[in-house]
Amino acid sequence: MNFSTPDGTVQAVKGIDLDIRAGETLAVVGESGSGKSQTMMGIMGLLAGNGTVSGSAKYRGQELVGLPPKALNAVRGAKITMIFQEPMTSLDPLYTIGRQVAEPIVHHRGGSFKQARQRVLELLELVGIPDPARRIDSYPHELSGGQRQRVMIAMALANEPDILIADEPTTALDVTIQAQILDLLRSLQARFGMAIVLITHDLGIVKHFANHVAVMRRGEVVETGTTAEIFEAPKAEYTRMLLDAEPSGRKPSPPDNAPIMLEGKNVTVDYALGGGLFSGKSGTFRAIDDVTLRLKQGQTIGIVGESGSGKSTLGRALLRLVPSGGHYRFERTDISGFDRSAMRPLRKQLQLVFQDPYGSLSPRQTVGEIVTEGLYVHEPQLSRADRDKRAIEALKEVGLDPASRNRYPHEFSGGQRQRIAIARAIILKPKIVILDEPTSALDRSVQGQVIDLLRDLQKAHGLSYIFISHDLSVVKAMSDYVIVMKDGKIVEEGETDAIFDAPKAIYTQTLMGAAFTA
Amino acid sequence: MFSFVLRRLASAVPTLFIVVTISFFLMRFAPGGPFNLERPLPPQTMANLMATYQLDKPIWTQYVTYITNAVTGDFGPSYIYKDNTVAELIGKGLPYSLELGFYALIVALVGGVLAGTVAALRQNSLLDFAIMSISTVGVTVPNFVVGPVLTLVFAIMLSWLPAGGWGDGSLRFLILPMIALALPQLAVFARLTRGSMIEALHTDHIRTARAYGLPARTVVITHAMRAAMLPVVSYLAPCAAALLTGSAVVETIFTIPESAATLCLAPSTAIIRWSWAQSS
Repeated sequence: MNFSTPDGTVQAVKGIDLDIRAGETLAVVGESGSGKSQTMMGIMGLLAGNGTVSGSAKYRGQELVGLPPKALNAVRGAKITMIFQEPMTSLDPLYTIGRQVAEPIVHHRGGSFKQARQRVLELLELVGIPDPARRIDSYPHELSGGQRQRVMIAMALANEPDILIADEPTTALDVTIQAQILDLLRSLQARFGMAIVLITHDLGIVKHFANHVAVMRRGEVVETGTTAEIFEAPKAEYTRMLLDAEPSGRKPSPPDNAPIMLEGKNVTVDYALGGGLFSGKSGTFRAIDDVTLRLKQGQTIGIVGESGSGKSTLGRALLRLVPSGGHYRFERTDISGFDRSAMRPLRKQLQLVFQDPYGSLSPRQTVGEIVTEGLYVHEPQLSRADRDKRAIEALKEVGLDPASRNRYPHEFSGGQRQRIAIARAIILKPKIVILDEPTSALDRSVQGQVIDLLRDLQKAHGLSYIFISHDLSVVKAMSDYVIVMKDGKIVEEGETDAIFDAPKAIYTQTLMGAAFTA
Repeated sequence: MFSFVLRRLASAVPTLFIVVTISFFLMRFAPGGPFNLERPLPPQTMANLMATYQLDKPIWTQYVTYITNAVTGDFGPSYIYKDNTVAELIGKGLPYSLELGFYALIVALVGGVLAGTVAALRQNSLLDFAIMSISTVGVTVPNFVVGPVLTLVFAIMLSWLPAGGWGDGSLRFLILPMIALALPQLAVFARLTRGSMIEALHTDHIRTARAYGLPARTVVITHAMRAAMLPVVSYLAPCAAALLTGSAVVETIFTIPESAATLCLAPSTAIIRWSWAQSS
């Protein structure tokens, strides 16, 4: 499978062999860029315009590669169906879900949309959409991410396919929803006997879900085998590396007498709802409800919770970046009433690293400029040479070649970009760093490296971290104290081991149970 | 929905009021007047004329009279066509402009969307480049060039169509002015459609539609086109306005009688006369 690009032809997938039999689940695992999705897209004739496929993909003896569009359309959507990673955007926002589920039925079996309606209702019921008779006329934006993925599954099942290709079906969903969707797929498979090809990067899911595993790397299959073989006796070195990349280790608690660096007492954050000039309706939404938190020197507090639980907002409130109520103390200073300009000198000590290493670095600045920008504000007396020296030190510290400071962010990988973002924070020699999902956009093996780096920096500089993440295994490896949040409130908090080994709150237990730890 | 439309319409009132006010004062503060001719009129005649048109009153009084009359649809007498009022001139010319503009809008919309869709589906092909090159020409060449060229080719050289006039209002007379008027807008629609179509074709839900074996026609028309039409729809309003104002030039070129063109050109005639008076 090749892609022609302005830089020449890129071979994305280099000749791979995979077989799948009825009723079986084959997991295709690999890190980003390994070609696992592209393989399936190629078979389904869904490659981008510059992609070409060669070789052979047979469905019940029928060759799919090079099939004319009409004949291919008779197979896809009927015998082989797909669900995608992005439940939020995979459905057409301009049509009701009922019509969209009906579309493949009408096209492959004939009949009218009216006749298909009864079948659509059954399907929506089957995939667990609550109150399908009412929901059938909803538009996608009225449904949650998990519900949209259920609608996609309904669409995939509509023509009773032989093969269901699930491309990272749960990556964009919260862990509890992820567990529900996987359970649903498993029960539907038992009922209809279709084969499932599961494309994923998450080994935890693979272990609980698949019969067979194919490990891919750079367009090649490095190892195939039954799930038990792969997990218990991996042959390829790369497979072993993937399995070991699960974050491990623990962080000891700081001494009891360690000084408190940052304190937020009874933090509340309200957002105004609606309130446009003519819309009339308005109200407030309480994003953070009476949360109290104390961060000691050298401590890492992990904040876990699902999307919408308020964990990122809490981080911003603690840094006084959003209007919020409550009392705040930084070291010995009461910063509750501080406005923007009063906070500015303190910002040097309080740094923030964001989730998205692609969006949070300006594409028009060199790495050197990005890293040193904060120095202009906080240490304006530095000369150009001094700034350069500091940039070199910071880049060395995060494990990047200092010579790269004249290059632009797009020349770096995701993991390297996150290192640049960390260098930008530590060059100011801060005391507290808030890490907002710093590893979520990265592959497992890269995640491990970034976590090691963060731990080393903490030790070297006595930093205090607030580590925000939905990924429980990362939180477990990084923090010594954990706060579990739901709907803006603290559900449970305590030492990391206590939370993970003996969770008390029901919500924490659900969260732990839903996370398949490999 | 209805109240939303009403509110939007109501918000146009203050805007209109401000525009009217500004243009009133701009016209009054510009040097010269409607009766400054190459050879100055005798002072007594001038004074009489000014009195007839109430131009001798203080400017505030003129403004108040003008606004109160305008609200009732009375725009006063024409300074150029002295037997007609402005309202009469508009009443005569507007139907021609409206009819021509309406046809031009249809041609621009249908032709532009079609061309843009074809270009998007064959992105970066020779056909795409051809359509986009032609539409660049369409946007850049003004219609007072396109008009005469069309007349030259289709009316004079080939004698297929009449060179001008309204005739009996039949299609034969309308085709050339319609094309001259529609071409720049057609090009804009083609570019807008191409851009948003390409974007729409790359969305995740189009991939879903293709993965479910829907025929290409359904994918493009039912799913991609519907999403891609948004920018096109929002351009419809400025386009309609541009066609109505642009028709003045085209109507003059194709000598459509009694059209709104005469009306639009009236102020500029006054300005030209004034500048002649200054230079002589």
